[in-house]
Amino acid sequence: MRVLAAMSGGVDSAVAAARAVEQGHDVIGVHLALSRMPGTLRTGSRGCCTIEDSMDAQRAANKLGIPFYVWDFSERFKLDVVDDFVAEYQAGRTPNPCMRCNERIKFAALLERGLSLGFEAICTGHYASILEDGEGNLELHRSLEMAKDQSYVLGVLNANQLAHSMFPLGATASKDLIRQEAAARGLSVANKPDSYDICFIPEGDTRQWLKEFVPTDSGKIVDSQGNQLGEHDGHVGFTIGQRKGLKIGTPAADGKPRYVLEIRPKTKEIVVGPEEALEISDLFGARYTWCGKAPENPEEAFDCDVQVRAHGDTVSAVAAIVDGQMHVQLNEPLYGVPAGQTAVIYVGTRVLGQMTIDEARSKVSTGA
Amino acid sequence: MSVFLDHASTTSLRPCAKEALSDALDFLGNPSSVHSQGRATRELLEESRDKVAKACGANRSEIIFNSGGTEGNNHAIKGIFWDRVTKDPDCKVIISSRTEHHAVMDPVQWLGENQNAEVVYAEHSPNGMIDLDSLRSLVSKHQQRVALISLMWVNNETGVISDIPAITEIASEFDIPVHSDAVAAFGHVPIDFQASGLTAMTLSGHKVGAPIGVGALVVARSAKPISLVHGGGQERSLRSGTMNYPLAASFAAAAKEAVTELDHEMARLGALKDQLEAAVMEAVPSAIITAQGANRAAYNAHFVFPGTQSDAMLFLLDQKGVCVSAGSACQAGVLGPSHVLLGMGFSHLEASACVRVTLGKTSTLQDVQQFLTALEQVHPVALQATPA
Repeated sequence: MRVLAAMSGGVDSAVAAARAVEQGHDVIGVHLALSRMPGTLRTGSRGCCTIEDSMDAQRAANKLGIPFYVWDFSERFKLDVVDDFVAEYQAGRTPNPCMRCNERIKFAALLERGLSLGFEAICTGHYASILEDGEGNLELHRSLEMAKDQSYVLGVLNANQLAHSMFPLGATASKDLIRQEAAARGLSVANKPDSYDICFIPEGDTRQWLKEFVPTDSGKIVDSQGNQLGEHDGHVGFTIGQRKGLKIGTPAADGKPRYVLEIRPKTKEIVVGPEEALEISDLFGARYTWCGKAPENPEEAFDCDVQVRAHGDTVSAVAAIVDGQMHVQLNEPLYGVPAGQTAVIYVGTRVLGQMTIDEARSKVSTGA
Repeated sequence: MSVFLDHASTTSLRPCAKEALSDALDFLGNPSSVHSQGRATRELLEESRDKVAKACGANRSEIIFNSGGTEGNNHAIKGIFWDRVTKDPDCKVIISSRTEHHAVMDPVQWLGENQNAEVVYAEHSPNGMIDLDSLRSLVSKHQQRVALISLMWVNNETGVISDIPAITEIASEFDIPVHSDAVAAFGHVPIDFQASGLTAMTLSGHKVGAPIGVGALVVARSAKPISLVHGGGQERSLRSGTMNYPLAASFAAAAKEAVTELDHEMARLGALKDQLEAAVMEAVPSAIITAQGANRAAYNAHFVFPGTQSDAMLFLLDQKGVCVSAGSACQAGVLGPSHVLLGMGFSHLEASACVRVTLGKTSTLQDVQQFLTALEQVHPVALQATPA
């Protein structure tokens, strides 16, 4: 099979490409240039997007003896990921740019280009597995190593995308094994640190970074009764559940810490309140997709697990499609779930689908 | 077997250059030393200077050996600017063009952004030639305030040959020094530094079959560009550092042979290029030969394939074993739109759809045919792979 290995310059994608080569595929390495003005050297804990990372990817490809190219997706990335990220924050939501990148860039723009250039699959270093259900349908499953499981960020893939994806690391029991394998293969990235920051925010400070794009627009910090407790210099960058950086002088009457409960872009108000008000019982989203084969009767409530962050926060739930939107009723509460985040629906280890959360409903009134 | 049609990026090492380098490596001695072995390597260096001077129509004292084209361009532009502005703080206008190589554009822009230079650009005719009327009006406007003019001899992407004597003639009215990046010209078109009226001219070794890492800045005896590196005062005190006689010897051998063969190669490669261009236009009638109608170097064919993207074309051609290039790649290896084509007035889409095919000493009709076969196969795929 002709395979396009997306190589970020990190150890995972390098080993994934190596395994694809070993499986006998005709592999070509591609590094995606996602920034117009890439930094020269890697900084902080970002794992791609600098020239150093691109060179690391090239060294790995050379070691594997496969052709290597840098493809420019910076324009698409700017439109589909960065602009979306800013707009979501402006609307008072908390976006997940890695998810958008998988949805719009890696498994869309790159895949389309790959297919039109004669490739059959995209290979990445994600920790997730693609399995067959016995009837020829492909399913996405959690990785064997739960600690590294990245099936969450792949929840946006549809059946067609799954059919053209390869995740050779999915059945590996630990990241240490990947590093050992990389070292044994002579890959210079064997000990490269993991990345976990947003790739286009160099210093890892989202709020500071957003200030360059969004005019500072001060407003009030209020409690759920509307009493003013303080001021902020712009609602953009606050996130639901945030406790630090509120700079409220006076303590709450009960002395307990206060959290961001709601962001109201129209009135520029940030509503804060006690932790229990963050308790979420229901999630709603009109933008949902099925990962692989769709359930036959999605209008009928079904048991599932739901995960709302890349790592952790999985709870059991009952989901159904009601009036064109997905409704997930949580069996146990989640705390501080911002609109804009993705809820991925699991049945056992299988990823069934996902939705972008439009509303996270609390049983405790915020006075909204 | 891959076919190399990217000779403008770098070209095959000439056997004579390899031999000269190898022979020189057997010597021991710093050319600045006073003893016999130092004198021997100094002699090698000076013989090399003679050969390079002869090859480009310069006086031997005008050849300043250095590391190559980028250094030469930086030295000429910054050095002449600093020299001029030191003598007259108001003399700070630099006239250049938007189609120069980055090794010229970037130092010019750097001077503008960091050293108070006023940078102005001469316009182009649609075929890529410098519009001499535009240059004339810039010179008339700024007169003695012009610190220097820097305009390339042959464009490295389109192959357009500038009318250097006409440019220096315009500059002479106000005694403005003119520098020319002749990296893509030397060994490919006839060059006579002394007849050109230039003050400085940049040469690079690896474009004429010497190894990478050697070149020369040709500096008229009347000029003294301020040095970028200070030290032992070698090379007329313009370029300090122990003189690299082995690479100089290799460069000289390559330069001499390239110029000796120039007439023959211009005719041979020109005929090949004509065949190539005709065949491309037949295979892809929508293709555009950039700079058509301009005086162009014989070894350079430059196309726009509307509806494609350069990086897809290059990828597909590479997969077929054909090595060609497009606009200049950035540090990360991303192909941007060609700034040369943008400078000539092409659209962003057109400037992102170019392919450059450059011939060299080893190029044959078979190479050209291999390119054409590959082009016919990949062009429809590239069209399809480009989002509408």
